[in-house]
Amino acid sequence: MLRAIAIWGAVGCVVLVPVIAAGFSPLLQWRDATYIFAGIAGIAAMAIMPLQPLAAAGVLPGLSAYGSRRLHRAVGASLFIGVVAHVAALWITSPPDVLDALLFRSPALFSPFGVIAMAAVFAAAVMATPPVRRALRWRQWRRIHRGVTTVIVAGTIAHVALIEGTMDVVSKTMLCLVLGALTGWSLFGASAAPHR
Amino acid sequence: MVYAPNRRRLMTVAAAGLASAGLGLTVPARAQGLAPTPTMRGGSNNYRPGAPVVDRIGGGGFWMTGTVRRAGDGAPLEGQRIQIWAHTTEGHERDAHSHGATLTDANGEFRLEMPQIVPAFGQAHGHLAYDSGDFATVFLRPVMARSSDTTLEAHFVLQPA
Repeated sequence: MLRAIAIWGAVGCVVLVPVIAAGFSPLLQWRDATYIFAGIAGIAAMAIMPLQPLAAAGVLPGLSAYGSRRLHRAVGASLFIGVVAHVAALWITSPPDVLDALLFRSPALFSPFGVIAMAAVFAAAVMATPPVRRALRWRQWRRIHRGVTTVIVAGTIAHVALIEGTMDVVSKTMLCLVLGALTGWSLFGASAAPHR
Repeated sequence: MVYAPNRRRLMTVAAAGLASAGLGLTVPARAQGLAPTPTMRGGSNNYRPGAPVVDRIGGGGFWMTGTVRRAGDGAPLEGQRIQIWAHTTEGHERDAHSHGATLTDANGEFRLEMPQIVPAFGQAHGHLAYDSGDFATVFLRPVMARSSDTTLEAHFVLQPA
């Protein structure tokens, strides 16, 4: 019981602290509501990502295998919505900057990493639809899903690490390390016995 | 003895050649003197044509400085209108009150006071434009080394239109 509380507490901190810390960014005072929303949507989308390897491995206490799968899908859907909200709100804030990013002609180095990660999120969403799930054999599906999620995680970390934005530097660094470590563990350590 | 390059030697020479080209060790011919400044990527984003010449943009506190010279001989260009805009403590890039213009002096130098630039779209950066028509249009997008800086400079070398 104590262990369960500790694990869920730690998970809650990983998800909530970066978002709350960004709420104290001095940059917010010079941004309008749409721009602030764009940043928070992106940060929240990243902050829930560490839940994915944990749910996929089925190690979250109190969750059945079925519950873990439902959580994994819900977080995946939220990630998709978060990324769409992030890009849409940035588009409203400054269309030419987002257009440059989407066309890979932005002068900012972090930009292509974000666009690649976004494309991988979309690919993961398409893969989660029933027709694609039916069309692929399980091992095949899992191999592609792992490749896509690796691109999402690596692209996201590169994207946020290079940005000077509303994220607090300490919580940003911690989130990047936790997400990278959990993803690596999930891909190479946890899944000797595949969890379905 | 016949010189017979093996694969390793060929690779080494090719790599050295590529590296020196990449590092700029090969100097291109400079028959035309000072080269014109190319427009930077993203430089024209949120541009508003015809920003008025102002003494200061908003409350000031931050200085945008630079020079305007002619391509080829590098002569300073006086009286050239440079338009400046950025995301600052007083507004977004697209806001009209974030835009202003200034003219170069006899030394081809310009400086315009404006509100503090703050990081936006991931970088603390400013935008500058020359588009008065006598010379080819150039848009610049310099990035501040530190977002705590209170000055930023950009330099134009213009080519007759």
